[in-house]
Amino acid sequence: MESYFRLFPEQASTIAGRVDGLYAFLIGITVFFAGLICLLLMSFLLKYRRRPGHIRVPSRESNNWLEVTWIVIPLALTMVIFVWGARLYATVMLDPPAGALEVYAVGKQWMWKFQHPDGQQEIDELHVPVGHPVQMTMTSQDVIHSFFVPAFRIKMDVVPGRYTTVWFEASKPGVYHLFCAEYCGTAHSGMRGRVVALPPTQYQEWLSSNRVVESMAAVGARIFQQMGCGSCHNAASLAPPMAGVFGSSVTLASGDKVLADEGYIRESILDPRAKIVAGYAPIMPTFQGQFSEEELSQLVAYIKSLGKQAADGS
Amino acid sequence: METAPATRREHYLNVNYSPTSWLLTTDHKRIALLYLISITFFFFVGGAAATVLRLELMTPQGDLVQSETYNILFTMHGIIMIFFFLIPSIPAVLGNFLVPLMIGARDLAFPRLNLLSWYVFNLGGLCTIIAIAGGGVDTGWTFYTPYSTTYANGYVILTALGVFIAGFSSILTALNFIVTIHTMRAPGLTWFRLPLFIWAHYATSIIIILGTPVLAIAIALVAVERLFHVGIFDPALGGDPVLFQHLFWFYSHPAVYIMVLPSMGVVSELITCFARKRIFGYTFIALSSIAIAVLGFFVWGHHMFVSSQSVYASMVFSFLSMLVAIPSAVKVFNWTATLYKGSIAYDAPLLYALGFIGLFTIGGLTGLFLAALAIDVHVHDTYFVVAHFHYIMVGGTVMGYLGGIHYWWPKISGRLYPEGWAKFAALMVFVGFNLTFFPQFVLGYLGMPRRYHAYPDEFQVLHVMSSAGASILAVGYLIPLVYLLWSLRYGALAGPNPWGATGLEWQTPSPPPTDNFATTPVVTQPPYAYDTQEEATHVG
Repeated sequence: MESYFRLFPEQASTIAGRVDGLYAFLIGITVFFAGLICLLLMSFLLKYRRRPGHIRVPSRESNNWLEVTWIVIPLALTMVIFVWGARLYATVMLDPPAGALEVYAVGKQWMWKFQHPDGQQEIDELHVPVGHPVQMTMTSQDVIHSFFVPAFRIKMDVVPGRYTTVWFEASKPGVYHLFCAEYCGTAHSGMRGRVVALPPTQYQEWLSSNRVVESMAAVGARIFQQMGCGSCHNAASLAPPMAGVFGSSVTLASGDKVLADEGYIRESILDPRAKIVAGYAPIMPTFQGQFSEEELSQLVAYIKSLGKQAADGS
Repeated sequence: METAPATRREHYLNVNYSPTSWLLTTDHKRIALLYLISITFFFFVGGAAATVLRLELMTPQGDLVQSETYNILFTMHGIIMIFFFLIPSIPAVLGNFLVPLMIGARDLAFPRLNLLSWYVFNLGGLCTIIAIAGGGVDTGWTFYTPYSTTYANGYVILTALGVFIAGFSSILTALNFIVTIHTMRAPGLTWFRLPLFIWAHYATSIIIILGTPVLAIAIALVAVERLFHVGIFDPALGGDPVLFQHLFWFYSHPAVYIMVLPSMGVVSELITCFARKRIFGYTFIALSSIAIAVLGFFVWGHHMFVSSQSVYASMVFSFLSMLVAIPSAVKVFNWTATLYKGSIAYDAPLLYALGFIGLFTIGGLTGLFLAALAIDVHVHDTYFVVAHFHYIMVGGTVMGYLGGIHYWWPKISGRLYPEGWAKFAALMVFVGFNLTFFPQFVLGYLGMPRRYHAYPDEFQVLHVMSSAGASILAVGYLIPLVYLLWSLRYGALAGPNPWGATGLEWQTPSPPPTDNFATTPVVTQPPYAYDTQEEATHVG
């Protein structure tokens, strides 16, 4: 962040170098083809310029082999680019490595709110450990925002009404820009923050110096109790029990199976009738409008913790 | 060369000077000029907005205008330039003027519909201008939901209505072109004897007819949600915000081809004429226009790689986007090959055509970066995208448009433009353009997000370079405005065919008579028959 003029951004995540590798390859292709076209144009322009005494000799007006050549070679190259880009994309967008640290983010006009599993909350600043994968589970309270950390080469839209996820692993301690990349209104360009990547020991120190009374799951458990969720969900005949649900495959009344992930839990709270679990009556009322996004993420964290306990126990 | 007629010849310009003869004209050539006036106005309004944007971005703090104003200005710049300049530019001006002339027809199939399209266009423009004058709108030209439906202040509905209405004018023009090209070609003018300009306009018209209604639907749904709170896109009302992006890009990606295909048609005409050669690979260029039109409808999802769209859907869209690169590459290679063993004159229209090839090549190749999934994750919604689409839309469309305006100016006005000034302006536009937009590729990869009013200090050097380039570009655009107007009165008489070109439009006097041709021409050979033509001496 200190340097005032550079051509390439800092590489501060495990995938940054790999993205830059593909970028370099594409620059190579661009320079080659733009150079080739430029060179051909220049030489033809000079050699065949109209001038006294220049006699134009007739030449071919089509050549199928030439056409096939300049269709097949670019096609092959674009397929290389496609596969290369898609594999890297799958790495970033699909599941994070096991044991990733989970951080919840809520975007709103015009700030970022983060919550760590142990309950630490931050605004416009996100502390993460170096050398450990971090999975962001994000949603928006209003319009679409986008979580963009150039030094990590990752970006993901933060969409109201659903969870989106993205993961990264910081590879270098430092302070990096966090930008909102999706236009979100008046102070869009003010919706900036910092990602502070700390070496693991310093990260632990940061966590303990910001210790809060309750973890996200503990707050979630309290909400679960206060709202009386347990009166049905603890009586297995009325509603599915919550233990072990998270991460499992749930069979629906329609016969379909869905993976119980963060988005499924969120939807089941806000729109319970969207997916009815097989064997249960659609009796749950909607909780739309009754929770803030933070409370929802705390509930999700609680149910997630129940899933984990069950899995650990078995 | 024809000698100047001793008596005053009647043509489409001098046949009647009354205002009503212009406002109620059904002559495609006059309607083309009406469109020329309208879109030139919009071009300079959109350009004025861009000027303020570039001035603001010279410093990292938002200090020249406030955030609200900045957001309104970039929205206005985008909406006006795209819907009221780029989309109508070549089809509505050059296409309107040339489609009937190039195929040996007396007018378009539906002359009154053609006039209606100009009124509809201006009605749409009027709505948008009123919205701007009343305080503007700050949604960006993309109208993303739920911002546009629930959160945005300002005249969203009126602006959207303007775009909605203007869409019908493109549909009317496209319909006219399709019917005219199918039914009114001169005897002997078979499909594969058509000038490539006509092929390009045919392909463009198909995209307009198929795509524009979807934009109209998307905009109408935004209005329904905003006015009546029917939950379509806003999740708080039970809607899906990403659905809007699918609808919007289903039109707006093909819209890029609406903007650039006609320009490709112009370039094909210019290259052949100034190289004195038949185009290389005619069939491949013609069919690549159709390939672009078809493939262009299946790549919209490449605007949505980080939108929360399915990862696997993104892969399919990435793959299909790679395929669109091929027909574009085919065109560039064939144009280059056309110059081989030609007899090349460096007149201003050719300079614009060469500028097009260079800038479009960079624009196309950087499109590969954006279609490559992992790169797009990083550069999506940054200045890299801004640079890329300006290389396509300004480097491509505007270069082709200016090249075409210069090339056919003698036909349109009957006068020659000053060649020296024209070459100078072409050079200014090319240099200014690259200075403005090349630094933005670097900015984007560094992480500078688009639509930012203020930005971190380290981006300033590149922003200042970009603004400096924009000032050169602005001058490059103003010079032709001055000398083209000057030439209307003081330019040398052009004669029917100052370039020694082969198209049917050059076989009638300049300016053409109202009925275009005294007798219907008969076509006996393929286009661009420069090989059989004598090495004619000509002005230029």
